[in-house]
Amino acid sequence: MAKVLVVTSGKGGVGKTTSTAALGAALAQTGQKVAVIDFDVGLRNLDLIMGAERRVVFDLINVIKGDAKVDQALIRDKRVDTLFLLPASQTRDKDNLTDEGVERVIGELREKFDWIICDSPAGIERGATLAMRHADVAVVVTNPEVSSIRDSDRIIGLLDSKTERAEKGERVEKHLLLTRYDPARAARGEILKVEDVLDILSIPLLAIVPESTEVLRSSNLGAPVTLGSPNSAAARAYQEAVRRLQGETVVDVQKRGLFSKLFARRAA
Amino acid sequence: MNLFNFLNFNRRTSAPVARERLQVLLAHERTIVGGESDLVATLREEIMAVIAKHMAVAQDNVQIKMERGASVSTLEVDIEIPTAASGIRPAA
Repeated sequence: MAKVLVVTSGKGGVGKTTSTAALGAALAQTGQKVAVIDFDVGLRNLDLIMGAERRVVFDLINVIKGDAKVDQALIRDKRVDTLFLLPASQTRDKDNLTDEGVERVIGELREKFDWIICDSPAGIERGATLAMRHADVAVVVTNPEVSSIRDSDRIIGLLDSKTERAEKGERVEKHLLLTRYDPARAARGEILKVEDVLDILSIPLLAIVPESTEVLRSSNLGAPVTLGSPNSAAARAYQEAVRRLQGETVVDVQKRGLFSKLFARRAA
Repeated sequence: MNLFNFLNFNRRTSAPVARERLQVLLAHERTIVGGESDLVATLREEIMAVIAKHMAVAQDNVQIKMERGASVSTLEVDIEIPTAASGIRPAA
């Protein structure tokens, strides 16, 4: 049974695209067939983070308009052969992103894939609402910072009211992915602590991705961090997130020295 | 030196302030269903309509302020009533 996962946040720049690429690649590495879809029409970037920017021929809008079949638009990753990308359109024809079109594309992808990961644009406009529309699972990407938390709270409200599942009286399974976290600064009271963010947003924690130079390095090289730097702390956090998404109870967080000692308990 | 330490201490522990501000803010924002209605905007419109039934008051002369607190919120309505007798209409 295919699962549709939306990576969302409300606020821009918190790590949605980075997380989509990293989670998609890590899931695909477990043998699952994964499609990642960029919903940011007009400002596509998932292709760049995945290192596929020079291989884009057709995009999501072409598929919706019937100019191309979904198989023609999907780009197979060169490193992991069960990972595929459906890029966004770079032209500004946002109006072509229709409810019916998205529903049809997601329906087709459900037949072919185990996981469909929708990379939401920032904001709460059409791209963002359509990215979450058909989701079974949501990963809410949040930085330990006031504006990010406020926007995440708003997005959680939309997940509970504006999704297909919500309208049928069902629930979208929601997870918090805390990114760019610096435990040393949190310990000094300079940034919000994990437990503060969890307390305020009241959704379960998927993983804590520490602030890491490896994330930028991988994006420079066009590789999801889980492929470009698989042993980095950030990549390990995404791998852990993937195990939880697959229903595994990750009790013992991989050894990360002080970091794991501080947070293993809460991340379980 | 003491003052320096005090300021420095305050600078470092800004996280609890962030936490408190968010808790107060979100408690109010969550009452707005689906983000479609804005309580202050609705109140302003309805209060203006009630005033307009009885007095001719320019929109600029009505100030509505909201102060949100952890346990109590206040709504302050400040209406500048025209002094000229012609400004006040008899109640309908």
